[in-house]
Amino acid sequence: MIELKGIRKQFGNHVVFNDIDLQLERGEIIVIVGPSGTGKSTLLRCINFLETPDAGQLTVGDLNLDATTATRDQILALRRRTAFVFQNYALFANKTALQNIAEGMIVVDGIAKREAYARAREILGRIGLADKADAYPAALSGGQQQRVGIGRAMAANADVILFDEPTSSLDPQWVEEVLGLMKQLAAEHQTMIVVTHEMQFAREVADRVVFMDQGSIIEQAPPSELFSRPKDGRTQQFLRKILAANKS
Amino acid sequence: MHALDIDYMLGLVPILLSYLPLTLEMAAAGMACALVLACLLAVIRVSRVPGLNAFALLFISFFRGTPLLVQLFLFYYGLPQVLTFLVAINGVTATILGLTLHFSAYMAESIRAAIVGIDRSQTEAALSIGMTRAQLMRRIVLPQATRVATPTLMNYFIDMIKSTSLAFTLGVTELMGATQKEAAGSFLYFEAFLVVAVIYWIVVEALSWVQKWLEQRLNRAYQR
Repeated sequence: MIELKGIRKQFGNHVVFNDIDLQLERGEIIVIVGPSGTGKSTLLRCINFLETPDAGQLTVGDLNLDATTATRDQILALRRRTAFVFQNYALFANKTALQNIAEGMIVVDGIAKREAYARAREILGRIGLADKADAYPAALSGGQQQRVGIGRAMAANADVILFDEPTSSLDPQWVEEVLGLMKQLAAEHQTMIVVTHEMQFAREVADRVVFMDQGSIIEQAPPSELFSRPKDGRTQQFLRKILAANKS
Repeated sequence: MHALDIDYMLGLVPILLSYLPLTLEMAAAGMACALVLACLLAVIRVSRVPGLNAFALLFISFFRGTPLLVQLFLFYYGLPQVLTFLVAINGVTATILGLTLHFSAYMAESIRAAIVGIDRSQTEAALSIGMTRAQLMRRIVLPQATRVATPTLMNYFIDMIKSTSLAFTLGVTELMGATQKEAAGSFLYFEAFLVVAVIYWIVVEALSWVQKWLEQRLNRAYQR
């Protein structure tokens, strides 16, 4: 239902990745892991054209587009089918928590204000921030801001939510509440692609873990398999390092 | 040296005050037009619309690079000789036009700086949920840029109010022009210009209060 074929991205002379293929089914949860600087975030950003891929085909639901010929309307349509959760939350600073969530529904989907705010309130309830409806981002903790960020993505009613290191900027005390919300979404079978260093999360929640290194997908497998019997030497080495780091 | 003619000064206040509305009207009209033009120029500069961008740069360069008085003379005395249909342009219109063009050049640069200063991740967030560039500008960037630019823009407005006094060189009887006439009649130049100075001063002080109030209001969203 989501398919990436031959996705290529380069910045100047630096080829981030050359030929990425990836498929996922509706309701599937994929966690992408790998060393820093291997193009995980860039790949995620290519999926909703925050970065324009230099080549390749993208299919999301009934939308199919070619990176080299994508029109403005196709890109807007693609972005409506994909939602993004940012590492640094990226909330609209001039809007309250409620407005942050309702904004896309009002402006992009053209839903009437009353209706949009009602739905946004319902989402606020689901992310446990019903009492913060009128708080501006500056008045929220990092964890609360990121939950609003996830709420904004939920409101987009997208086919897939893309999470770009959603807990990496958080103080340790807020990490659990954000991961908890993501687990809740996973339990509701929200299709998602998550780039993260939280191996425990990957182990618990992912249907499939994708290991990327130096711009390539090295291997992908269910977490039980990938974590206990990694096939490739690079995967083994990465897991050894990161698990040792997590323990200490 | 003579003692200040206090009675004359007090008598002058209501006379001069009757010209204050014209001064304020020219400033308000100039500010409103300048704001619209400045936003337009700033958005052109930020989005680098080809062709238009070069024009905006030239426009800003010229109107920042020449004195306001020269621009006013150019519009009022000079331009009608070339563009004959402008013969009918009156001093008030020429002043508003001059203030608009002159100050929009300055204001465009502060608005541009404010737009560029909005953190890029919010732009990405807006695009990521499918907003168009125009929606992003209108809903997210410009409201925040307004807050950032407000103190500077208010300073330009204050400057503009004072600059309306140049209108008297185009024969407009506004606050300054009226003072000039009164002083010429009474020969009490010091008293007359002192009164008008204090009037300008009070108007500007009052505006500074408005500015403070406005900034506090605009900052509400950003306080912890």
